[in-house]
Amino acid sequence: MTGLDEHLPILQILVPLFGAILTAFTRSGVLAWTIAAIASAIAPFISAGLLMRITETGKPISYVMGSWAAPWGIEYRVDLLNAFVLLLISLIGLVSIPYARKSVATEIDSHKQPWFYTMYLLCLSGLLGIVITGDAFNAFVFLEISSLATYTLIGLGRHRRALLSAYQYLIMGTIGATFYIVGVGLLYLVTGTLNFVDLAARIGPAMQEYPRPILAALAFMTVGISLKLALFPLHVWLPNAYAYAPSFATAFLAGTATKAAIYLLIRIYFSVFAVAIPFRQLPVTEIVLVLSLAAMFIASFAAIFEQNAKRMLAYSSVAQIGYITLGIALANKMGLAGSLVHVFNHAIMKTALFFALGAMAYRTGVLSLPSLSGIGRKMPVTTAAFVVAGLGLIGVPGTAGFISKWYLALGAIEHGWTWLVFLIVLSSLLAVIYVGRFVEIAYFREPSADLAGVREPPPTMLLPLLALAFTTVYLGFDTRLTGGIATRIAEFLLGGFTS
Amino acid sequence: MTGWEVIADHYNYYVTIFLMVAGLYIVIARGNMIKKLVGLGLFQTSVYLLYLSPGRIIGGTAPIIDERFSVYSNPLPHVLMLTAIVVGVATLAVGLALVVRISEEYGTIDEDEIFAKDEDQ
Amino acid sequence: MKLDLILRVGAKLMLPFILIFAPYVHFHGDYGPGGGFQAGVIIAAAFILYAIIFGLDAARHIAPQGLVERLVPLGVLIYAAAGLPAMLTGQGRYLDYGIFGHDFLHAHEWGILIVETGVITTVASTMLAIFYAFADRGRQ
Repeated sequence: MTGLDEHLPILQILVPLFGAILTAFTRSGVLAWTIAAIASAIAPFISAGLLMRITETGKPISYVMGSWAAPWGIEYRVDLLNAFVLLLISLIGLVSIPYARKSVATEIDSHKQPWFYTMYLLCLSGLLGIVITGDAFNAFVFLEISSLATYTLIGLGRHRRALLSAYQYLIMGTIGATFYIVGVGLLYLVTGTLNFVDLAARIGPAMQEYPRPILAALAFMTVGISLKLALFPLHVWLPNAYAYAPSFATAFLAGTATKAAIYLLIRIYFSVFAVAIPFRQLPVTEIVLVLSLAAMFIASFAAIFEQNAKRMLAYSSVAQIGYITLGIALANKMGLAGSLVHVFNHAIMKTALFFALGAMAYRTGVLSLPSLSGIGRKMPVTTAAFVVAGLGLIGVPGTAGFISKWYLALGAIEHGWTWLVFLIVLSSLLAVIYVGRFVEIAYFREPSADLAGVREPPPTMLLPLLALAFTTVYLGFDTRLTGGIATRIAEFLLGGFTS
Repeated sequence: MTGWEVIADHYNYYVTIFLMVAGLYIVIARGNMIKKLVGLGLFQTSVYLLYLSPGRIIGGTAPIIDERFSVYSNPLPHVLMLTAIVVGVATLAVGLALVVRISEEYGTIDEDEIFAKDEDQ
Repeated sequence: MKLDLILRVGAKLMLPFILIFAPYVHFHGDYGPGGGFQAGVIIAAAFILYAIIFGLDAARHIAPQGLVERLVPLGVLIYAAAGLPAMLTGQGRYLDYGIFGHDFLHAHEWGILIVETGVITTVASTMLAIFYAFADRGRQ
């Protein structure tokens, strides 16, 4: 196996990709699930291997396709930032896959199940590809691979509105991706390169000669990626897409899809354009800050008044993405570290919450909040896990969410904006309301007659949920993986590609 | 250079911008789902033009190394756009498939009518 | 079906030429415009023409739907697997075609030909699969 060591970056993509090809041959849901499970189980080991090698050597790993040298050929370049996000995405894949079996078996017609797993694996390899590649155009291709798979996953939802949501997401997502390549195209016109490292080196000199195309490129890329990561007010596709997708797809996408887009935004802002252009010469801080605050408050309010539990969590996702972009806008060490920590923590917590809802839908078949009244007595473990992850969303000390908000608050203070700390706390109180509303319905109301025979979900669904709920608490105490690495990433991102 | 020469030298960009805005307008303004996809296709086509037109070098030949030629067109944009075209075709195929399914479920492909039908329930 | 004699005879005359034209375009991709994409579409066009003239059931008899749907991933598998030999034998990176021949150009010609074989398989079967999926919708 020593021979394959140097091929780890490409294996990260190839394992799920070959899994997708093999599932497409099968006509049995169980067989397809087995292949998907094997591929999803191998992927985190590869990312962990990459992360360990980088933390040991401190140098990025470069892998060139077909031995074509870097600025011309496609290069996969893994540094601490990629490795961190890769690990997150593949871990979410790993915990999702045991959950998938029962959930998919009930929600998807049996002849569509193999295709469903094909789409899941394609989505996984696309998302991993966005994160691992060092080439701006290749990132677009992977973005579209994952997006096309996502549209299909959403469209397979049982309700007919799933089709409508998938269609609307397709329109919005394609516009976003096209905006992104318009930006890449403008950069290519003035620099003649697509490689991130090479771009970073050439943008500075090109800025003297052609400032306007470069700024236009930055604007196009910002809007395009913001559509993909659902930055307020470009989030309108997200609530419906999450609400009507199959439970498993929602949980997986909530933890991974927007996170890959956030990675791309961070990469573009901090590595390619370096910190100087977006944050010193342009009012990116102000614009993103205002949009993030709007997301944190308006989306949280929307969540409070939402009747459908999945849509409530989807709006909460938009609000939580606001925290992440807030840290990006601050563009200092603690703020950026807070963003990265929250990328990780939010993925864990939101996947747990959607797992819990999926388990409730599996047993009850309903997801409107009033019809879930008294669910806490029928499914105590599931509801307890939901509440733990919900406390994480609020940011209660002792949970992962507290750590993220702590870093963000430190970032705001470092920037000299104490009022921002106040706003962060205030928006967390909105999360108290919508999580509290669920707790009230789940525990303090009499179970309705519809919930008579409801019991805990099967262990394959319960264990991933409990693992994530436990991780939410664990990451609230042990911050070596999240806080420690995120601070190191923030340090080198603010230093550009030089380190 | 006078103002007109600047415009004439960059006419390909004006065509690109026109296609881009026209496509985006169709996507936003039309309620018919097929027309929206047509607009989306137009919008993507503008990107092909954005990449391809500067790749063509006047007097340049196909990029196959030969002693007789010294000026070659840039092949990379063509390769990139070949990929983008495939992506566009795949997007259009998924979009049309979704529209067919929507039409089967709702009996219409007009967005306003679909929203009205969903609110009736 | 009796009235369309001209169409049926015409189609039967054209089909072999269409099917021969496809590999011509496929292999011509080495020297000029052509390749797997175009050839795949031409093959699919031949089957679709057959289905339109002789009926969907006749076409499904020649190219069964299950087979067509499995050819889609087969083509991708050929494409993706073509990159593996160099990587697995330790002689290069993924998608390194140097292993297929003794000198660089020759090896890459072979590598691209294998890739194009994957492309022609997937494109032809995808086109046909889409046609099958939508041709008899709304008639039941």
